[in-house]
Amino acid sequence: MSAPQLDVRYVADLVRLKLTDEEIAELQPQLDHVLSYIAQLNEVNVDGIEPTAHASAVYNVFRADIPRDCFTQEQATANAPHSGSGLFLVPKVLES
Amino acid sequence: MDLAGLTIAKARRMIQAGELSPVQLVDAVNASIEKTDPQVGGYLSRDYERARAAAEKADTKLPLGGIPIAIKDVINVEGDPCGCASKILQGYTSPYDATVIKKLRAAGAIPFGRTNMDEFAMGSSTENSAMQITRNPRDPERIPGGSSGGSAAVVAADEALASLGTDTGGSIRQPAALCGCVGLKPSYGRVSRYGLVAFASSLDQIGPFTHTVEDAALVLQAIAGHDPLDSTSLDVPVPDYSANLNDGVKGMKLGVPKEYFVDGMDPQVATRVREAIEVYRGLGAEIVEVSLPHTKYAVADYYIIATAEASANLARFDGVRYGKRAEAPRDLADHYGRTRGEGFGKEVKRRIILGTYVLSSGYYDAYYLRAQKVRTLIRRDFEEAFKQCDGLLSPTSPVPAFKIGERMADPLQMYLADIFTIAANLAGICAISIPCGEAEADGKKLPVGLQIMAPGFEEARLLRIARAYESAASC
Repeated sequence: MSAPQLDVRYVADLVRLKLTDEEIAELQPQLDHVLSYIAQLNEVNVDGIEPTAHASAVYNVFRADIPRDCFTQEQATANAPHSGSGLFLVPKVLES
Repeated sequence: MDLAGLTIAKARRMIQAGELSPVQLVDAVNASIEKTDPQVGGYLSRDYERARAAAEKADTKLPLGGIPIAIKDVINVEGDPCGCASKILQGYTSPYDATVIKKLRAAGAIPFGRTNMDEFAMGSSTENSAMQITRNPRDPERIPGGSSGGSAAVVAADEALASLGTDTGGSIRQPAALCGCVGLKPSYGRVSRYGLVAFASSLDQIGPFTHTVEDAALVLQAIAGHDPLDSTSLDVPVPDYSANLNDGVKGMKLGVPKEYFVDGMDPQVATRVREAIEVYRGLGAEIVEVSLPHTKYAVADYYIIATAEASANLARFDGVRYGKRAEAPRDLADHYGRTRGEGFGKEVKRRIILGTYVLSSGYYDAYYLRAQKVRTLIRRDFEEAFKQCDGLLSPTSPVPAFKIGERMADPLQMYLADIFTIAANLAGICAISIPCGEAEADGKKLPVGLQIMAPGFEEARLLRIARAYESAASC
């Protein structure tokens, strides 16, 4: 692990999170502090150690491919901030 | 009726003897909430009429027939709000029941009330709720713990017989310890997570808060088991958790991890836990010292893994299918950026950014992959320890409840509140916190929690060990 070099403004943009300048000024030193704490993992010898992704080793869980009840169109769109004609309405993405 | 000291087991006996009806019980819980919750602030909302209607139809022959149970605001209950104490999900109404809710209903229980929490379960004090402050029932100046602070507080304040919470790094056990009730984190894969709003999917588990270990066994019995809708729930038989509850600990070996008594912990907490260990010795358990050498890396490890998973899970909050949406966006990027920027609170933003960073190109191996390897070492520590003993005893939290506002300025200090609980989530084992006396601070008596840990899927043993102390301590 190299020295902390998290650029809050850049990462926030990657993850589509618009922050104010005040928020960035507050978050930057806090996250630098957390990262320097996390850097202690560098002390651990992990040569030859397999990573653990899950507490229980289960892989490729399948279930029978049978139809079952699911939400109606009305239920699925009921919580949408904007919907119409049974669809989710979003800002225009492509220019006409 | 007064709910003080009323357990599920006792309420069930009264209901079956005809001394109490489910409707009277829901009314009593509602009255207790009206009386006490203005001071505690544990509930975000409740639907009294619907709970009362369910009580009228309750099948009292079922194991939890007619028992109201409060639900953390992160678990979906059909027709109830599920806001995760976040601004981004206000106005959301669940279109379905989580599997745990279906199972509770099948056992006769009545989901009643939404409890406060740290936003998206991120925090250790419930102060990160975007909705309200929850106060510790023992001292209104202090936090109830978190993230399931509301679920713990309402049980401790006798505003509920039991509640459900979730535990990703200690979010059931730590508030249970700080409020003075029982909090059980089942093994990873024991309880279905379907219908739980995901924070860190490889760590999250749902579990109960109760007044007694016996009640924790009753609730776990109802919610445990394989679910085809959660591919990480394991198809392992569910034993009878009450059958051997009172068999005691005579002849058992109980380990005390030396790394769990650290500098900087409250001396009164250490003393109470040492006294509890002596109680176990008196009950015929052999006490052995064990070592979990990678303990000191658990918090750092957790804050890589949990934030990485959170940054991926919270990508779904995009203002399209549900939740808040920013007004009049210029374009799609502005729509996403402002929806999320305005909707998420500070701690959630901190964790999304940290999690995105540790997963980003060039840093993945150095942070995330390394953290997963350290996780293997932490898991192995427990495997080795459980070769030498049947269960582990430790403090749940290094300190009793701290004051509201005390740790908010320093996120790292807040993260260290979970120093003793996080490893159990990384290892996937089961653990419980039970009350073990009090610590005095500023003239107030604050609860102290004893944490017991057992190997994965050994909840029956875990509950039996916990019950042994509880029955000895209440004599």
